[in-house]
Amino acid sequence: MNLKNLNRSTKSNIITFGIVIGFYLLIQILSAAGMVTNSFAGQLVPICAYVVMAVSLNLTVGMLGELSLGHAGFMSVGAFAGTLVWVTLYDTAFPKPAALLLAFVVGGVVAGIFGFLVGIPVLRLSGDYLAIVTLAFGEIVKNFMNACNLGIDSKGLHFSLKDTASLNLDADGKVLINGAMGITGIKKASTFTIGIVLVIITLAVIINLVNSRAGRAITSIRDNEIAARSVGIPITKYKLMAFVTSAVFAGMAGVLYSLNYSSLVAKKFDYNTSILILVFVVLGGIGNLRGSVIAATVLTVLPELLRSMNDYRMLIYAIVLIVVMIFNQSPQMIAMRKRLTARFRKDAAGKAPKKNKKEAA
Amino acid sequence: MKKLVSSVLAASMVLSLAACGSSASSAAESTAASSEASSTAATAEAGEGSGTYTGTPIKIGGIGPITGGAAVYGQAVKNAEELAVKEINAANGSDVFEWKFEDDEHDAEKSVNAYNTLKDWGLQILAGPVTTTPSLAVAAETANDNMFMMTPSASAVDVINTGDNVFQICFTDPNQGVASADYIADNQLATKVGIIYDSSDAYSRGIHDKFQAEAAEKGLEIVADEAFTADNKSDLSTQVAKCQEAGADLVFLPIYYQEASQILIVANKTGYTPTFFGCDGMDGILAIEGFDTSLAEGLMLLTPFAADAQDEKTQAFVTAYVDAYGDTPNQFAADAYDVIYAIYEAVLAGNINGDMDASEICEVLKTQFTSMSFDGLTGEGMTWDASGAVSKSPKAVVIKDGAYAAM
Repeated sequence: MNLKNLNRSTKSNIITFGIVIGFYLLIQILSAAGMVTNSFAGQLVPICAYVVMAVSLNLTVGMLGELSLGHAGFMSVGAFAGTLVWVTLYDTAFPKPAALLLAFVVGGVVAGIFGFLVGIPVLRLSGDYLAIVTLAFGEIVKNFMNACNLGIDSKGLHFSLKDTASLNLDADGKVLINGAMGITGIKKASTFTIGIVLVIITLAVIINLVNSRAGRAITSIRDNEIAARSVGIPITKYKLMAFVTSAVFAGMAGVLYSLNYSSLVAKKFDYNTSILILVFVVLGGIGNLRGSVIAATVLTVLPELLRSMNDYRMLIYAIVLIVVMIFNQSPQMIAMRKRLTARFRKDAAGKAPKKNKKEAA
Repeated sequence: MKKLVSSVLAASMVLSLAACGSSASSAAESTAASSEASSTAATAEAGEGSGTYTGTPIKIGGIGPITGGAAVYGQAVKNAEELAVKEINAANGSDVFEWKFEDDEHDAEKSVNAYNTLKDWGLQILAGPVTTTPSLAVAAETANDNMFMMTPSASAVDVINTGDNVFQICFTDPNQGVASADYIADNQLATKVGIIYDSSDAYSRGIHDKFQAEAAEKGLEIVADEAFTADNKSDLSTQVAKCQEAGADLVFLPIYYQEASQILIVANKTGYTPTFFGCDGMDGILAIEGFDTSLAEGLMLLTPFAADAQDEKTQAFVTAYVDAYGDTPNQFAADAYDVIYAIYEAVLAGNINGDMDASEICEVLKTQFTSMSFDGLTGEGMTWDASGAVSKSPKAVVIKDGAYAAM
């Protein structure tokens, strides 16, 4: 197969998947050789979860052109739904891989339903409404889950917003969600392999959606809603399609994330987490899926690499964000990068990257 | 162009990964080499058994929030652990402990990252984490690695239930809730009780739930049960008003001192004067800047530690702490100080030295802790059961003339 004959987007997609699979293989080789530190090994699953979050948010922010500030809310809903399934099925005879798969499916579906419910009223409007409503949604989810008590006994599920005592559980009952303490005693199930599989599924679905007829309709809404409406594109339908898809994958990322730790609390999925994901998307380049993958990975690892700087690491992290932002977005830098890359293009292709690395770092 | 940039980024990622990997492996090699060299020395010296420590320094690590909203607690623990390690090392002449503290920003994910970072450093005993939610996540990891973990202040029962390698030096939340209800009932402080608690906080919830259950058994009538959350705690006057309307003659506050001080101010404004009763989170209320301490007059609290207690141990600790950090220690600091000293005692009694691996140390410490009795700042004759829960008697103090007084 001649690479030259492939169209641009196919080539770009091959590179994106190549990066993900290459990263996976590299880690497998390094860990087999015992060269991966505990610190890094512990971050692999969160990295995958954040990559899925960033890629899915990019669908809303980059492709649909709507600002969502409540992506962590969908992550939270998915995480709680999926973890509940996993926790309840874990002690039964249900086969573990099937339970895990079911947890991911339920997490995704529940988050998708919430995405649909939030999207119906809001996506008929244009402007900043989605940003405001998703912001509120994220906070509502956090506060609701903080107050939520859920228990199970022979009579079925018990629910209370007050405290665990008012659940009136039987003696054999089990508290599933304990208010602010969330779900505890989760048996860890997430692995790096599951994480990478989820990343690849997410990328495959979203890339295919973007490059499909529906995807072109979605980007046309972003570019000019009135023009899109005038050629007969059903705006609400396509907006909902993008938004719900985005929510589904956020939910699955939530399941992946929560099953990596022994406890799950709603407080984790607050406004700050939503903004963090948005930062990944913006730094990686709005509308650039591969950029989201790389930005999410680098920005998750970076604070840990900066641990040796102690209190200065927050400062340095912020400076790095600003520098990367300038490097990516400032017109002068873009012009400079173009000049540089134009020069490299003329050279033999293979040797070019070496010199440019300093710029990127 | 995009392709180029992304491939360069990917390449640099690969390079940085490789760098991580190689530095870690070389570190592991060097520690292996040094432990080999020192193990011969240690065996030679082990015969003396003088009670002071002569082996390789043991790597002990702490985890806690030193940035973010809960930084007050993490900073106190960090300072106290540092102080204790320095004192022990100085008193011994040679280093007993090598100590390192990592920040977790009061976040479970960061806390597990911090734990993994400490493991890369060669962690053998964990003296942390400080707060409950991160502790739950880290406890599962330590149980998996069989690493001894003793938390100074994560008081939820779920933390020690995670594994038999996890110990607490603070009271468990239920223990505090039950003790408070018992104390109120047995001393007949009140018949009608109001509660104001933070429903979004695991600590507050834990105490509240058990207090409620125990109060029912002891025949205390709970006339008002009001909650607030971390997001709406700027104005607590509604909750106070509800307690007042319900005619509660004692208000139980299983919360931290910042919110409690607001409640006292509101109650003072509305002329509501019940007995206020708090738990160990209340400690520190007299040190709030700009807070009129006369409002706290008559406030009762169950706390294992009071910075102005007159006994010699507390005085020595408070003086050393103030000298080193310019701040009066709170009960978090006292708990952390006790953790290091308790581990030190167990290390000496169990003949542990730094050449043993973390799992061996954990097994020895487990048997030591379940059989020893420890006198510390936060209690005399502390003992631990196999679950890792501490048994010490809570002290009730009342604030009189701007200072703690025993009751």
